[in-house]
Amino acid sequence: MSDIATTTDAKLMEGPAFVRGQPLAPLPPPLAEAGAIGWMRKNLFSSTLNVVLTIVCAALIVWLVPPLVKYLLIDAVWEGSIRADCLPRPDRPEIGACWAFVIDRINFFTYGFYPIEERWRVNVFFVLLAAGVVWMAWLDAPRRDLGVIYFFVVMPVVSLILLLGWPLVGLAKVPTTSWGGVLVTVVVSAVGIVFSLPIGIVLALGRRSQMPAVRLFSVIFIEFVRGVPLITVLFMASVMLPLFGPETWSPDKLLRALVGVSLFAAAYMAEVVRAGLQAIPKGQYEAAMAVGLGYWKTMGLIVLPQALKITIPNIVNTTIGLFKDTTLVFIVGIFDFLMTIEAARVDPNWATPGISTTGYAFAAIFYLIFCYGMSRYARFVEARLAAGDRR
Amino acid sequence: MKSVVIRLALAAVVGIVASAASAQTLNTIKTRGSINCGSNGTLAGFGLPDSQGRWTGLDVDFCKALAAAIFNDPSKAKFVPLTAKDRFTALQSGEVDLLARNTTWTSSRDTSLGMNFTAINYFDGQGFMVRKALKVNSALELGDAAVCVQQGTTTELNLADYFRANKMKLKTVTFATSTEAVKAYDAGRCDAYTTDASGLAGERLRLANVNDHVILPEVISKEPLGPAVRHGDDQWFDIVKWTHYAMVNAEEFGITQANVDDQKKSDNPDIKRLLGTEGKHGEALGLPDDWAYRIIKHVGNYGESFERNVGQGSPLKIARGLNGLWNKGGLQFAPPVR
Repeated sequence: MSDIATTTDAKLMEGPAFVRGQPLAPLPPPLAEAGAIGWMRKNLFSSTLNVVLTIVCAALIVWLVPPLVKYLLIDAVWEGSIRADCLPRPDRPEIGACWAFVIDRINFFTYGFYPIEERWRVNVFFVLLAAGVVWMAWLDAPRRDLGVIYFFVVMPVVSLILLLGWPLVGLAKVPTTSWGGVLVTVVVSAVGIVFSLPIGIVLALGRRSQMPAVRLFSVIFIEFVRGVPLITVLFMASVMLPLFGPETWSPDKLLRALVGVSLFAAAYMAEVVRAGLQAIPKGQYEAAMAVGLGYWKTMGLIVLPQALKITIPNIVNTTIGLFKDTTLVFIVGIFDFLMTIEAARVDPNWATPGISTTGYAFAAIFYLIFCYGMSRYARFVEARLAAGDRR
Repeated sequence: MKSVVIRLALAAVVGIVASAASAQTLNTIKTRGSINCGSNGTLAGFGLPDSQGRWTGLDVDFCKALAAAIFNDPSKAKFVPLTAKDRFTALQSGEVDLLARNTTWTSSRDTSLGMNFTAINYFDGQGFMVRKALKVNSALELGDAAVCVQQGTTTELNLADYFRANKMKLKTVTFATSTEAVKAYDAGRCDAYTTDASGLAGERLRLANVNDHVILPEVISKEPLGPAVRHGDDQWFDIVKWTHYAMVNAEEFGITQANVDDQKKSDNPDIKRLLGTEGKHGEALGLPDDWAYRIIKHVGNYGESFERNVGQGSPLKIARGLNGLWNKGGLQFAPPVR
């Protein structure tokens, strides 16, 4: 009996012969949902608008990329030392970018008129700056407190001595009129970025201050600077300012431009920071007051960290704008990176129909790398700081 | 009230400029140990960096000659790149000691801008470039031609004046920059391209087929280019002026960078006076008597500098033309040293 019962149970367990005991292996998803086709349906052709956009973009890529690659790489001239090397020849009728010209001039593009035997000092400066930037930008770097001191105190002082020269320690003087190229672009943007943010924060706090004099000053400064173009500021600093002082008092031209650029960027930065300050709910201020924090502690510990975090996209926006605006210093005769290209492309030793295009293409690549790098880094920081909001 | 304040401010500015100008420039330069030379950094043949960022050009050579005369060392010339807009302020405010930046000598600049032009180191003028295929030999045959020109320049005005004066019909095609204008000319949008003759030589090299284009012989405007100094320091004015004259005289006497040491033994009284082996002609300038020897030794005579920077020794290949010596059909004439 028990035997029979066991067999029946087993049979019941198995179920009738037409019932499958084990689940079937899942079918592959429909062809239209999986793989490349599925991905494209989902991401590229999900609606009529997307279909149109995809086709337009694909057409643009097909239209633009092959000629660009052909010009920049395939037809490009890599070796040569004189204009004839970049002229069309019977065996090479199509001439692309003349990179030989850029290679020949790369020292000028980097150092400008900086004396040849002193250029190691510029290289050391670049290394110091890169070290500082990495120390600051790498959020998990060791001893970032020391990094701050290095970046804002040690490095600027050392760089200044290194670049300007100090005969007492055996470094010959190099006037700023000899600086040029990437060196000037980096110096102007670094100084502009480093100074504009603190000044901008102070101005933003001043504009929201209860003290009438401080508020009035901040408002007037911000509105005045925003009301005039950067070119005007630079031009005034360069052309008018020297006329107001005696001959012996003529501040350095580069210094004047640096001050102009920094103050100009600070006014814009102030408005960016103010937007962040206004986005912080009143409850945060009140809570800070309730636990007995004073004005500076409220700002430093509660409000500014939140405000700056939400304004990162705008701060980066202003920073990238500033980086590109530094090219305007050419208007006062300072040889920044773009100006060195301007000077090199008129050189009769290299003058060919394609030299200007090559020079500008090189400038475009340079600015693209820097600006895109800055924007990628900002997105990374943003994502990291937003981790708390995603919970 | 307001106007009084403005007048006072203006007077103060003018006073400062005037006082700055009367300072002894030569002494300042000697104390400083270098000459600050206002230069153009972007004009082929006149002031342009080479591949290593060293300054080259005709105007640059002139500053080196000055440094050679004063310090016996051409590297004591420091160059301050200036734009067309800030060059006059830089000179007036004392930022530079002289302006050697292809500046056209005009009456208004010489008088009301507080500067003095010393000499003409390049006689320029507006010229035309045309395609050889047009078979045009003179600018007077350009009636009905379309001419590419840069917008808003005196070049554009000179062009209109010239065509009107010669009763020719003009079709101008204007562009914001010279680069665009040259590209358009190269693409065949105009029959001719016009700018200063010295610039044409450089622009021509940027064309696809250099040899299909010629520069016409006429110039239709006067553009005398020369170094300028501030009003009020006659000694410095003399030094700058005579530096140019020394270079021209040297060419006239056949003294070159290579043979200047041999020439020092010459019996020719003109050469002896110039090179300082006879008489005390440097003293009056506040310079050593071999000032001209130093210039020629370090920089060369005017002709050498010309050929090296804009003439046959350079890619520009500009003919001497008006810049030849006075006794060879040109206009370069220097008063004698005696």
